[in-house]
Amino acid sequence: MDEMLEQARAFIQSLPHARALGMELIEFGGGSAKIIMPYDDKLIGDPQTRVIHGGAVSALMDTCCGAAVMSHPSRPTTTATIDLRIDYMRSATPGQTITTTATCHHATRSVAFVRAVAVDEDTALPVATATGAFTVELPA
Amino acid sequence: MSRPRPEPIQQVKQRRDAALAALVQSVPYIQFLGVTFDRRGNELTGQLNYHDTLIGNPRLPALHGGATAAFLEITAMITLNWSVLWERVENGQLDPEDMARGNLPRQPKTIDFSVDYLRSGLPRDAYARARVWRSGRRYASVHVEAWQDDKEKLLAQATGHFLMAQAED
Repeated sequence: MDEMLEQARAFIQSLPHARALGMELIEFGGGSAKIIMPYDDKLIGDPQTRVIHGGAVSALMDTCCGAAVMSHPSRPTTTATIDLRIDYMRSATPGQTITTTATCHHATRSVAFVRAVAVDEDTALPVATATGAFTVELPA
Repeated sequence: MSRPRPEPIQQVKQRRDAALAALVQSVPYIQFLGVTFDRRGNELTGQLNYHDTLIGNPRLPALHGGATAAFLEITAMITLNWSVLWERVENGQLDPEDMARGNLPRQPKTIDFSVDYLRSGLPRDAYARARVWRSGRRYASVHVEAWQDDKEKLLAQATGHFLMAQAED
């Protein structure tokens, strides 16, 4: 199990855009993944409030949903986003790390259905939620 | 009745470009992603300027879906904000120099954003244009399309809803 997490961590680290945004995979397996993204000034979307840009949250959600698909017990070899919808419930608090948890609820031979939730240090009210469909390529 | 003498073209262009630059350059994340805007009259085209950290899968290589989503959201948001502010830039209520000093009107907030990925993003520049289908006092609905080499073959499209700044509190 730890070996699988290590491999997945290394995979996320090998994605240039995920690395540039400071993402770190902390849980992986059974169709679920958890990724954190620390606050950084370069992610700011509103210079007056210093709240991070929705696009940075989208990138985190997309990466985490993809990781959840890859962790599904059917062991897909690769996945790509078909569609992803994000609901922004509140502004993330400036200075706080965003933690995203994604779950792949069902994977067919072709499609995986995923949901994700992003929180900051106040875990009671999500910053954003996401719903997506992903392609699935199974081992031959 | 004689109409007022039109402003010199350079003055018009300078004012519009300075106002747009103030909006775009004030946002660190837009700078980080490397998004710039072309303007023709009030029409904007976003450009995602390629660099290596936009890559998701290095084996293909392909643009990260998150970078594509962020580019679409930036183009939708700037196009909406620009359309809302346009009249105040034109009639002089907004001073571009003042905007450049950070005195910017509050920007709309994203309520939701739904991205449809149509093709894998190639490791090169991408372009996007947004259309504001509805811009009310409280809510706006914006559609945005992105492409790379061939405008008929979209890379991705998205629809977003936004809460207007005046509607808050």
